[in-house]
Amino acid sequence: MTLYVARRLVSLGFVLLGMSVLTFTLSRVIPADPAAAAAGFHATAEQVAQYRREMGLDQPLHAQYLRYMTGIVLHGDLGRSILNQRPVVEDIATFLPASLELAMVSLILCVPLGIGLGTYTAVRAGRFSDAATRGFAVLGVSMPIFIVALLLQLVFYKALRWFPSGGRLGSEFAPPEAITGFLLVDTLLRGSWPMFVSAAHHIALPAATLAVANLAVITRMTRSSLLEVLSADYVRTARAKGLSESRVLRHALKNSLIPVVTVIGLQFASMIAYVFLVEHIFSWPGIGSYAVRAIVGLDFQPIMAITLLFSVIYVAVNFAVDLSYLALDPRIRY
Amino acid sequence: MPDHLAAVPPQSRWMPRQAAGPGRAFVHRMRRNGGALLGVTLLAILGAVAVLSWVATPADPYTIAVERRFQGPSAAHPFGTDDLGRDVLSRVMVGTRISFGVASFVLAIASGLGVPLGVLSGYRGGWLDEIIMRASDIFLAFPSFLLAMAIVAALGSSLTNAVLALGIAWWPRYARLLRGQVLSVKQSLYVDAARAVGARDNRVLARHILPNCGAPLLVQLATDAGNAILITASLSFVGLGAKPPSPEWGFMVAQGRQFLLTAWWVPIFPGLAIATMVAAFLFMGDGLRDVLDPRLRGSST
Repeated sequence: MTLYVARRLVSLGFVLLGMSVLTFTLSRVIPADPAAAAAGFHATAEQVAQYRREMGLDQPLHAQYLRYMTGIVLHGDLGRSILNQRPVVEDIATFLPASLELAMVSLILCVPLGIGLGTYTAVRAGRFSDAATRGFAVLGVSMPIFIVALLLQLVFYKALRWFPSGGRLGSEFAPPEAITGFLLVDTLLRGSWPMFVSAAHHIALPAATLAVANLAVITRMTRSSLLEVLSADYVRTARAKGLSESRVLRHALKNSLIPVVTVIGLQFASMIAYVFLVEHIFSWPGIGSYAVRAIVGLDFQPIMAITLLFSVIYVAVNFAVDLSYLALDPRIRY
Repeated sequence: MPDHLAAVPPQSRWMPRQAAGPGRAFVHRMRRNGGALLGVTLLAILGAVAVLSWVATPADPYTIAVERRFQGPSAAHPFGTDDLGRDVLSRVMVGTRISFGVASFVLAIASGLGVPLGVLSGYRGGWLDEIIMRASDIFLAFPSFLLAMAIVAALGSSLTNAVLALGIAWWPRYARLLRGQVLSVKQSLYVDAARAVGARDNRVLARHILPNCGAPLLVQLATDAGNAILITASLSFVGLGAKPPSPEWGFMVAQGRQFLLTAWWVPIFPGLAIATMVAAFLFMGDGLRDVLDPRLRGSST
């Protein structure tokens, strides 16, 4: 067990190193000249050259890489954005909480609902409600998330006027000083009920959009996994002993949740893509919107930092998922 | 992962009980599989639309006619007209062939890189295997949308680069798959037998190993095709793909988004087209998996 974790950590370190080299290389083939961009439109050739020296861009590639990595490891320095001239670390600290809040609210919406729907359809396999739910699941997987977002905007913003179409807080409020950075929590901590309601209203549509996409996958996975477990011998034994159907289900559900946990973990990768698209559509001031702006503006430091940041989180999540098997299934011993 | 496929001797996997040819048995099973049938039918229709778009479209997809702008769906324009008066249906039709092209090229690049590397990795083993697999670890560690995004940012945004980026991001999937297949097929008796009678490496690979990797590869390709379209459309949507006046679906949605509240048909129809094609590939992929892998038959979701 300890040996397994240690081995995984070593290979993890190797993967992270490789990822940093790859991202770094990509950021240096960007066609725009970062020094010229940093120096500004009216800069003279000498000024550009000076920026190039300051940013270390005149050094060989491996030296630049070392400089970049020591910056990250020793000083937590991810470079400076060309577009807004702020350190990328500060930008990330500003924008990340909004994205995390969005992702969490959508997970809270879709995980219980997905497991519930999946269980329901597995128990009623073959009937109409099962077929309908499966149809919904296929639709949810194949529908591009930006279309889901647009449809929700059409219905709940244009037609029903229930929710706003974008932003994080009504324009009548000044955003409160950040405590946790999560607006839903901060507004409550400050006891400002109307502001909390406004924040909840604003997060509803983007969170629902994210939830719809994940809901389909979680439902599909719970259903197929539960169906498999329900046909296992020990379930038959449990039934033969005369256990009630709900207790049988409780036995089965625990074992069938392992692949579901994996999927929720792996969903994290598509979640990142979804967050980018959803934030872009709902003008949600998170890290996704920030990344899209950086890419369109060829702002290479934030691009590199965000790619690296999300990939590290992704690797960490996958690792955590692997470890969670141990807790969920005592039969697994590494 | 269909690694276990190879545990079943290939002959028994393909051979139907009625002893008809393997091809006929395959067609027979595909026909009886509802999902597969739906997927193949939808793809046939979309394929016909794509071919038709070369021959004729109801209107020219590029002609700008401002006097016709924002007309709702009608007999003359079933999908309405966009902000420049262009016929949305004609543009969606041309977009169909773009999407087929996107899927084909992404898969060609990913499998073109991944298949040879995977075969090499599995067949040769040793340090070569180690290098290829560690490189694939690194690529797989990135969420593929993110890696594709970073690659497009580096290469410059265009549809070609988006396709290239996704192909590069996906090669490890195929390398892994083929490596696993080759590793398990390599162990089988008939490969030993072929070697014993003096067959060389190339011959063993070409005649005995590769033909048995086909089924899982096919399933993977069908499953990935829909995803390739979805991700490329998403890249186009955030401005990292197609450029005007391209009727690429994701880009059409991006352009039409600002008119959502006044002319919903401009972004919604291309969006539904994406959903249809992705669902068609999804159904076909699931169906193929059922048909080609008897052990999973009936358990698909």
